[in-house]
Amino acid sequence: MSEAPSAAPPLIRIRHLSKGYVRGGQAIPVLLDIDLTVAQGEFIAMMGPSGSGKSTLLNLIAGIDKPSSGTIEIGGVDIAGLGEGALADWRAANVGFIFQFYNLLPVLSAFDNVELPLLLTGLSAKQRHQRVAAVLDLVGLTDRADHYPSELSGGQQQRVAIARAVVTDPQLIVADEPTGDLDRATGGEVLSLLDQLVHELGKTIVMVTHDPKAAARAGRVVHLEKGVLVDEAPA
Amino acid sequence: MFLLKLLLKNAFRHKLRTGLTMVGLVVAICAFGLLRTIVDAWYAGVEGSSSTRLIVRSNISLTFALPLNYAQRLRAVEGVQQVSWANWFGGVYITERNFFPQFAVEPASYLALYPEYRIPDAQKLAFYRDRQGAVVGRKLADKFGWKLGDQIPLRGTLYPGTWAFTLRGIWDGADAKTDESQLLFHWGLLNESVRQRVKGRVDAVGVYIAGIDEPNNAALIAQRVDKLFANSLAETLTETEAAFQLSFVSMSEAILVAVRAVSFIIVLIIMAVMANTMSMTARERLAEYATLKALGFSPGFVVRLLLGESLLIAALGGLAGLLLTLPLASAFRAAVGTLFPVFQVSPLTMLLQVLAALGVGAVAAAWPAWRMSRIDIVAGLRHVG
Repeated sequence: MSEAPSAAPPLIRIRHLSKGYVRGGQAIPVLLDIDLTVAQGEFIAMMGPSGSGKSTLLNLIAGIDKPSSGTIEIGGVDIAGLGEGALADWRAANVGFIFQFYNLLPVLSAFDNVELPLLLTGLSAKQRHQRVAAVLDLVGLTDRADHYPSELSGGQQQRVAIARAVVTDPQLIVADEPTGDLDRATGGEVLSLLDQLVHELGKTIVMVTHDPKAAARAGRVVHLEKGVLVDEAPA
Repeated sequence: MFLLKLLLKNAFRHKLRTGLTMVGLVVAICAFGLLRTIVDAWYAGVEGSSSTRLIVRSNISLTFALPLNYAQRLRAVEGVQQVSWANWFGGVYITERNFFPQFAVEPASYLALYPEYRIPDAQKLAFYRDRQGAVVGRKLADKFGWKLGDQIPLRGTLYPGTWAFTLRGIWDGADAKTDESQLLFHWGLLNESVRQRVKGRVDAVGVYIAGIDEPNNAALIAQRVDKLFANSLAETLTETEAAFQLSFVSMSEAILVAVRAVSFIIVLIIMAVMANTMSMTARERLAEYATLKALGFSPGFVVRLLLGESLLIAALGGLAGLLLTLPLASAFRAAVGTLFPVFQVSPLTMLLQVLAALGVGAVAAAWPAWRMSRIDIVAGLRHVG
């Protein structure tokens, strides 16, 4: 079992989690009896070779995939037991997403992309605009608010994605290879921003990466191999 | 508001593709409207017919005449208030291309039965007084630039010789359905000429028009009329004016069915084209919809995005098609002249055009919207990389 070394209360508690697929009538196990605990405010990196199940684990934690068995308790809610609609509501309120290829809507400006998740809240337009302005300031893109993704560099697009991830003030941020498409310097800036989210805003971040240098920025690194947690180490 | 902004931006993301789809819609909706208007024009005579007029004709065929003395006996039938008569003339004005209907009528009683032909009293009187006189509908007068007092020469086909009429009156239709493409002249003149040339055809009437008191009694009165002339040398067939007009339309029913079918096939074709466009659009944006769902947007939101975009394109294309139909219909009307006495895009056709456009939009997006609303988020996100 991988436990959070921190004294902070756990945000994520995963018990006996397994996930498998059936392809061509054959069962393919992806994750096997995973136990993992992540404390609030922790920055954890998951590493492992391709096919080890790290992205699958991240997807399960983010609530965009369903486990075959086991529990995933996040903030006291077992999300494995939630239906599609409830899970979507839960994600909107509790999870911020950062993707490798940013996944911004190309027809919307940086401002509108960041505003998107706020449409699922009950905030007024004025409140939404204040929040978007604040997070764009946080990621240093106030002057690029009206720019479209195609007018921004990769690093800037990823910062817009980070702003979108934090604009609803979620407890948990999941990042799938957030520096995978960036050069080293720009990747470093993005990782610094993630550090800032953890240390200044108290966010919990679960990041999947292949890059040991990116993993080194996390507070803890867990390794997966063939669907099993094999090792963990403080970064 | 945000949704509308997103719909607009998505709709015009690929300007060329959207533009071509809209051009297709414009052409299809316009063609649909024009073809329907052509069919409507065919039925215009039926639409414009009166429920208080019965047409009495030979029960053998319209080409067989009825005796003039039937007029007196018709007037005596219970429920019949007025009687007039008319003969098809079938003359040619300069060339066969200038076709328009001409009838020899009993002037006073005929115009009394057709109050929708609005002629100033002075012109009406001038027509009654001049046996060489004729009256025409406004559309016909405008087409040939005729003015009061002009001579209108017609070359007879059924009634040989050259006939010259003096234009004494021009009628305006009471509404858009009124036929303004006919020429009427004195039946007495025709009969007199026939008397001099062909003895056997004298006092022969093509059809009688009977004005009745109560439309609900039309069938009963028609029965009375036909019974009156049963077992005579010239038995009659009496029917409402609408049924009479419909009998002409039914001759070209197969063509009308084909025209109608083509109008719907055009809509089906554009529906397939647009469905293909929307499917391509949805496939390209798979990762975007997966991202939206990951962020917490419901499958319903994804449906609204695709359906809304499709409806927006269809509405814009449909509206442009509808607006283009009106000038095209005018141009068509001018081109075919008096072939269609009434050629007008009806409100029903316009409504059907709008519904067809929206139907195309809705059906085209239905399948891709349903599929995208059900995409697996993980698989969709993987599509990016």
